[in-house]
Amino acid sequence: MAAFLQFVIDVLSLGSAYALMALGLVIVYGILRLVNFAYGELIMVVGYTLFLLKGSPLPWLVMAVAAVIMAIFTGILTDYVAFRPVREKSVTAVLITSFAFSTLLQNAALLFISPRPRNVPLPDVFSETLQFAGVIVPVRNLLTIVLALALLVVFALVMRRTILGIAMRAAATHFTMARMLGVPANLIISTAFAISGLLAGVVALVWFGRIGTVVPGIGLEPLLVAFIATVIGGMRSLQGAVVGGYILAFIDMGLNFTLPQDLLKFRDAFTFTAVIVILLWRPEGLIKGPATGRRV
Amino acid sequence: MKKNLFTLTLLVALVVVLVGVADLAGDRLIERIATNLCISLVLVLGLQVFMGNSGILSFSHIGFMGVGAYASGVLSLPAQMKGMALPELYPMLEGVQLSPYVSIFVAGLVAAGVAATVAYPLMRLSDAAAVITSFALLVVLHTIMVNWSAVTNGPRTFFGVPKVTNLYLAGAFAIGAIALALGFKESRTGLLLRAVRDDEAAAEASGAHVSLLRWRGFVLSALMAGLGGALWGHFITSFSPKAFYLKETFVILGMLVIGGPSTVSGAVLGAFIVTFAFEGLRALESTINLAQVFPRPVVGLTEVTLACGMIVLLILRPGGILATTELGALLLARRSRRPDDRQSGP
Repeated sequence: MAAFLQFVIDVLSLGSAYALMALGLVIVYGILRLVNFAYGELIMVVGYTLFLLKGSPLPWLVMAVAAVIMAIFTGILTDYVAFRPVREKSVTAVLITSFAFSTLLQNAALLFISPRPRNVPLPDVFSETLQFAGVIVPVRNLLTIVLALALLVVFALVMRRTILGIAMRAAATHFTMARMLGVPANLIISTAFAISGLLAGVVALVWFGRIGTVVPGIGLEPLLVAFIATVIGGMRSLQGAVVGGYILAFIDMGLNFTLPQDLLKFRDAFTFTAVIVILLWRPEGLIKGPATGRRV
Repeated sequence: MKKNLFTLTLLVALVVVLVGVADLAGDRLIERIATNLCISLVLVLGLQVFMGNSGILSFSHIGFMGVGAYASGVLSLPAQMKGMALPELYPMLEGVQLSPYVSIFVAGLVAAGVAATVAYPLMRLSDAAAVITSFALLVVLHTIMVNWSAVTNGPRTFFGVPKVTNLYLAGAFAIGAIALALGFKESRTGLLLRAVRDDEAAAEASGAHVSLLRWRGFVLSALMAGLGGALWGHFITSFSPKAFYLKETFVILGMLVIGGPSTVSGAVLGAFIVTFAFEGLRALESTINLAQVFPRPVVGLTEVTLACGMIVLLILRPGGILATTELGALLLARRSRRPDDRQSGP
């Protein structure tokens, strides 16, 4: 029983982080039908902002807010540098510019900060543990779950109840039509990038709570996680991204428990193979998005 | 036809001039750069075969380069080196020692074989799903390379690969790659594949078998990547799985995109431009580091510059420098154009 509870909590906390990451990727993809390869670098930006603020007398919460704001800013910057100028011209070009922007940010960190890992300041609460019903749970795992649930609820309300949310969903359903009805395209896209930055920024805080240090290449793993989760859940559906995040966490944790030791190091290969299989079975992902035409 | 032969002649001449100049210069460094450039040409053209004709961005290419490098390395490793370089090698492979000239081709076939088995179902996908699965494939290949210690020595350096690649061999392969890429582009499969690229629905309605066409392109592309990887392995002689991941992907992709993915001439041109720019920047970087202008060594300058260059170029010319017309056709059109009908140019 205790082992089961432990497993459930692990899956939920990892899944919450994965779900938020996937959501941040899908919110942009849903509207533009374009993958943002520089998404992982938002996590990196949060890490380095926290690192650079380490010496300052500010309380941690203020530093965290500043870091998330930096992530939002970087998200919007991605739109302006890599997406807006080439968006209308060629799909391949945008994928490559975002890949180039990701490399640019990574190497800028390499050039201006350091190739070596840097410590990220964390509040004490992140290293405390809680014991109940025979299981030991790090507080940060519970925090992740609570934070994710709160953000998801707020996000769902914004998307359903506000004009901005409705406009964004309209743009995701049929971009051209939404534009014709007066939805300002550039504003909606920039907002999507800002929300993407916000979600990535918040995830980054708990992500660094787990690993504690930042390196220039840190963004790759979150990016892959977000990719897989969205592909499993459905590239076009916001609910799908969340479901995909939890499923991916379940697969990961399940493999951790069941795979024999000498196969465990191949875990990523197994996970990715699972993704390829799912895509073949349902190219649209598990949950289909709004039924509309292709990107024109 | 005449245009294509002209393009082929021009591009081959470019490689011959490069090899000739590097040979005459007699400088070790220049020879090294030229050899590297020829190997890059094989890789970039391999990527062009799939990406240019099918229009699908592929990240897995460098993974197949790795497959080729390891396959050729393992097969040609001298018997007395095997115990040291690969302590966990399967007994079955221990007695195998092919001539490197044979193993390079075997490696190409191995990469093509791997691609042929895994890729067919993936070819059904288009757009972002195709891009993400190719990215996933790269990660799968990388994970296997890092962890399959028996044949790759794990994440550690794999050493002792016989050095056979020199300027002439690499140049010959580059010329072969140019011919292959141009030949494929103009072949029936290539033409149909380009039709699918331009309008998938229309091509399919006219009877084009989309996934089969893409699969053929992908396998040829992996074959060339495998050959390029094997050549590189026999040039550098010791390497680790790190060499076949995102950094290398970025460089090769950068070459193709800057030159123009849709044309063979673009791919060749891009490889030349990026190699020269890279070497220049690298020299600058090491001069800065030697002179100790900054307290810390400067790293990443080349990548930052390449990334900026790529973004700016794609904003100005989304199709690359040579977006649609091959070099031969471009020059012939310019020459035959009479002064009074300027507007009918390419």
